[in-house]
Amino acid sequence: MEKNIKDLEAEFQKRIDNGENIEAKDWMPEKYRKTHIRQISQHAHSEVVGMLPEGNWISRAPSLRRKVALLAKVQDEAGHGLYLYSAAETLGISREEMIEQLNNGTAKYSSIFNYPSLTWADMGAIGWLVDGAAIINQVMLTKTSYGPYARAMVRICKEESFHQRQGYEIMLTLCNGTEEQKAMAQDALNRWWWPSLMMFGPRDEESPNTEQSMKWKIKRKSNDELRQQFIDQTVPQADILGLTVPDKDLKWNEDRGHYDFGEIDWEEFWNVVKGNGLCNRKRLKDRNAAWDNGKWVRDAATAYAERQAEKRVSKAS
Amino acid sequence: MSDINKEALYDYLLLLGDNSMILGQRLGELCGHGPELETDIALTNISLDLFGQVRNYFQYAAEVVADGRTEDDIAMLRKEHEYKSSLLVEQPNTDFAYVIVRQNFFDHYHYMLLSKLVDSKDEQIVAVAKKSIKEVEYHLDFSSTWVKRLGDGTEESRQRMQDAVNELYRFTRELFKPTETEERMANLGIGADLPSMEEDYYKQLHALLEEATLEVPQGEVFQYGGKEGRHSEYMGYILTDFQFMQRAYPNMKW
Repeated sequence: MEKNIKDLEAEFQKRIDNGENIEAKDWMPEKYRKTHIRQISQHAHSEVVGMLPEGNWISRAPSLRRKVALLAKVQDEAGHGLYLYSAAETLGISREEMIEQLNNGTAKYSSIFNYPSLTWADMGAIGWLVDGAAIINQVMLTKTSYGPYARAMVRICKEESFHQRQGYEIMLTLCNGTEEQKAMAQDALNRWWWPSLMMFGPRDEESPNTEQSMKWKIKRKSNDELRQQFIDQTVPQADILGLTVPDKDLKWNEDRGHYDFGEIDWEEFWNVVKGNGLCNRKRLKDRNAAWDNGKWVRDAATAYAERQAEKRVSKAS
Repeated sequence: MSDINKEALYDYLLLLGDNSMILGQRLGELCGHGPELETDIALTNISLDLFGQVRNYFQYAAEVVADGRTEDDIAMLRKEHEYKSSLLVEQPNTDFAYVIVRQNFFDHYHYMLLSKLVDSKDEQIVAVAKKSIKEVEYHLDFSSTWVKRLGDGTEESRQRMQDAVNELYRFTRELFKPTETEERMANLGIGADLPSMEEDYYKQLHALLEEATLEVPQGEVFQYGGKEGRHSEYMGYILTDFQFMQRAYPNMKW
């Protein structure tokens, strides 16, 4: 038996090394299944919690055009949450179980959403920086070994890159506007820059999951490589906007062919991960309220559907 | 078109747009807070449709007044008493039952209204109505399905729905009581003849409530005023959010 599992594992690894996709019905190591449930559900939760800081500005969007675009964007995020929950369900966990884990704090979601969205410029900065950082991760995930996850990512990436351009366009409009608007954009960059860099996770030497994840092609690049890629692509965009990236150590390094950058405040990072950011409690409270207040609705829908099914059966007989 | 009729047409476009706008705003408040992702997506979708219609009406209104005002100026820079939405659509998202009942009471009306406006003598109104009626057909289907599910769901859901029906029913008749502008536009063949729609409206609505095992409130004192700018206390707060950016940062492009 022991040998059998070893053989299966070796065969499984061979398939991954050959670039084959793993599908829901295929044999997979238990750890692979669990890692994917954790990662895909975290990703789904991030989409759903991510609706809150942006939803915060729907009622106050500055124009009808912006309001429509923001509604559509937040709606896309709900859609991403749905496909990701479905992808995770293929691994043998229900959406309800995952939502319970989010609501009781045992599952994580991206820490970035524990920062507050304070001005309209935050809608620009979130699109530009947060979606920009997310895309870097997600483009890599379109090639991940688990088929349902990889396919969900292909679809999500297309919409995310649209969101990112939309966010950048909000920033560009502000930067071409009045002094007050430009100051609003700079303030948003100041607040979102460092948390966006933190989205790539701890430094490689402190990221214990990376090696196994690389082997399974859940990851293809390390946290630090992805972070560097984000900085290299984003700094020139900030230059076009005429905004200053809030890092006095940021400097182009000719020899490396990359930007050097300052030290991330890891204490802040771990604090927010552990639940001590400004909005962690509020986000969970809002998600719990939505779920608890919706219980009677879900119960009623189930009761109604059961009754309709009974009626159909009794009609047929 | 005479100046007087132009002014009435502008006013009529506000009457059409404001209902969609205030209801769309209420639905937008719910985004991210729905009972399930599917309902969240559906309600956001309805809000999106309604704001799309608002943009069509107000872009046209801006052409009609032709004094440099934009769709956003028209949407966001009026005083509270200049908004012509009915009292129904500004009522709060008390719970999901209120959201569904408010939506359904409005959708029945909205669908009938657009069925008339597709034959308007004003081509632009016809174009908007033809596009919108397909959307509103879906809204009506969505909200009616939920009225049945929740009315005939559990004891709790039936009670919550009955409470919402009892509270909101008194705002329905205002939809059919024409303002001076609505009368004038109906006479010109541009607008819908509202009183002629009322009987069918209540017939359809009551049939749905009955199917959903809900009772039709009896002896209600109907409330009027929103369409003439006399709103409930909720409206000021809706506008505080809705107008915030335009008021705090005037004369800027976004």
